[in-house]
Amino acid sequence: MTLKIGVPSKGRLMEKTFDWFGDRGIQLSRTGSDREYSGRVDGIDGVELVLLSAGEIPRELAAGRIHLGVTGTDLIQEKLSLWAQRVETLAELGFGHADLIIAVPTCWVDVDTMDDLDAAAAAFRAHHGFRLRIATKYHRLVRDYLKSHGVADYQIVDSQGATEGTVKNETAEAIADITSSGETLRANHLKILSDGLILKSQASLFWSKTAPMDAADITTLKALKHKLAL
Amino acid sequence: MPSRLDTLAEAARLHDVFVQAGATDVYADMLQSAETLLDLYGEDIRARAYVTSDALRGEQMLRPDFTVPVVQMHMDHGAEPARYTYNGVVFRRQEDDPSRPNEYIQVGYEVFDRANPAETDAEVFSLINRALGDVPVRAATGDIGILTAAVQGLNTSDRRKAALMRHIWRPKRFRALLDRFAGRLAVPDTRRALLDAVDPFQFAGPFNGLRSKSEVTERIDALRVDAQTPHLSDAELDLLDQILSVKETCRDAVAHLRELTAGQTLLEQAVDRFGDRVAALADQGIDVDHLMFEASYGRTSMEYYDGFVFGFYAEGHDDLPPVATGGRYDALTRRLGRGAEIPAVGGVIRPDLMLSLTGGAA
Repeated sequence: MTLKIGVPSKGRLMEKTFDWFGDRGIQLSRTGSDREYSGRVDGIDGVELVLLSAGEIPRELAAGRIHLGVTGTDLIQEKLSLWAQRVETLAELGFGHADLIIAVPTCWVDVDTMDDLDAAAAAFRAHHGFRLRIATKYHRLVRDYLKSHGVADYQIVDSQGATEGTVKNETAEAIADITSSGETLRANHLKILSDGLILKSQASLFWSKTAPMDAADITTLKALKHKLAL
Repeated sequence: MPSRLDTLAEAARLHDVFVQAGATDVYADMLQSAETLLDLYGEDIRARAYVTSDALRGEQMLRPDFTVPVVQMHMDHGAEPARYTYNGVVFRRQEDDPSRPNEYIQVGYEVFDRANPAETDAEVFSLINRALGDVPVRAATGDIGILTAAVQGLNTSDRRKAALMRHIWRPKRFRALLDRFAGRLAVPDTRRALLDAVDPFQFAGPFNGLRSKSEVTERIDALRVDAQTPHLSDAELDLLDQILSVKETCRDAVAHLRELTAGQTLLEQAVDRFGDRVAALADQGIDVDHLMFEASYGRTSMEYYDGFVFGFYAEGHDDLPPVATGGRYDALTRRLGRGAEIPAVGGVIRPDLMLSLTGGAA
């Protein structure tokens, strides 16, 4: 058998992952035409590169179809319940930094904390007859966070992209999304709540606790960890 | 786990006990409107119930309980008074505990009756107690009505009372609000700056979104009024804490609560209702000298109970969910009744858990 490692199939996340492994003596590369999703691994035997969408890597790790995977902490925690029992974080890779935050319109000068958001949500529902809408693609993480802060009278509306635009378009009143510099938020007249940081995320290398491994795989994993200085 | 056949047989037996007690059998669709349930429970219910959808009806929920559809049915065309029973599967999403089943049978008994709340409370409790037979369980009881009376009786603004009432079922948030209203929590700097600002909208930027400037202004005005509202006194907070920590037998709890609440009209009335219930329970043959009462019981469960609450727990199995639960939900009939309302109380039993405690033979 071989040890399968899942890596994001395109973009900066892929390049930075290749660089991170390259710095540690393991060359990951794509082969064939740049449209073909196949890859090779040099510098260690018994490891196979699997190119995947970053969003699918959590699921593949949990199912045990790949042994190792590079993806964001945000995606692991959103997509896997009991994630700590299913995967182990081997290394934080130091790139792909992003914060999952809750933001509201800057013009809501009366709202600065989660407590304020809850009070505004109660008044909003009484005034408009429906629950205050929060646009996000991180349904579980946002719901858990709002619950732990005792926020009621809200609803989550799904937004898979251009989330910052939902407020202006009046399809949501507030948003929960990933931000790195905050520029998109400012451009859309949104501000982060002072206690609205849900999660600090970065690209990380995860190990699947459920993927079957034979004796050779265990040896390969040890060698890999040694090379990566983990 | 007991076999499916044994569980079905036990469910049928329980259902028959309820029919013999005078209940009419009712059925509820397995797929319920998600909107109704979301409006009642809020977004949190998505973590506890399965949601599905189609392009025509939109979001539907696999029924997480029977109470809501039974109340809807009764409010639409029920005759009064009414007693209903049902026997069927409910679905509960389990995201944190793989050992808990995500579908199981509930057999329930619900009473819609204006006549005598204390007697109907006692009727439901003692019927369920009897239906459980020799299963080794201990009962816990509480009364959300005492807590709401304590809040309504506070010497503070209606807005503060409404905020506390809204969070009665979220003890942590409730406590934070109390601390703030008592001046025990510092006002955040940003709040102070907002209230001190000559023009609070100086750095607001353009107005966008559905929440209008007048709504923001309205809340700032409310915050200004609230900042002038006197703190809750230590005496009031102490009384609330003493009430919340009452945990003793029903008989003793009545006496203790009478002593604590003397001279407070709303609370006295609530304790009177509790006293009437305890008397009615005793009339039904319940040993109220040993039945436990806990004033803060039932605050973290489903938030439709607003009076009597009870649960039966497996003796020595703290890890198991309650074998039977129930309570009074007058406010739910008001919310689903489109202007109508009726006092209502009910309870459910899980036959699978009953059997697992008796080794298969109940």
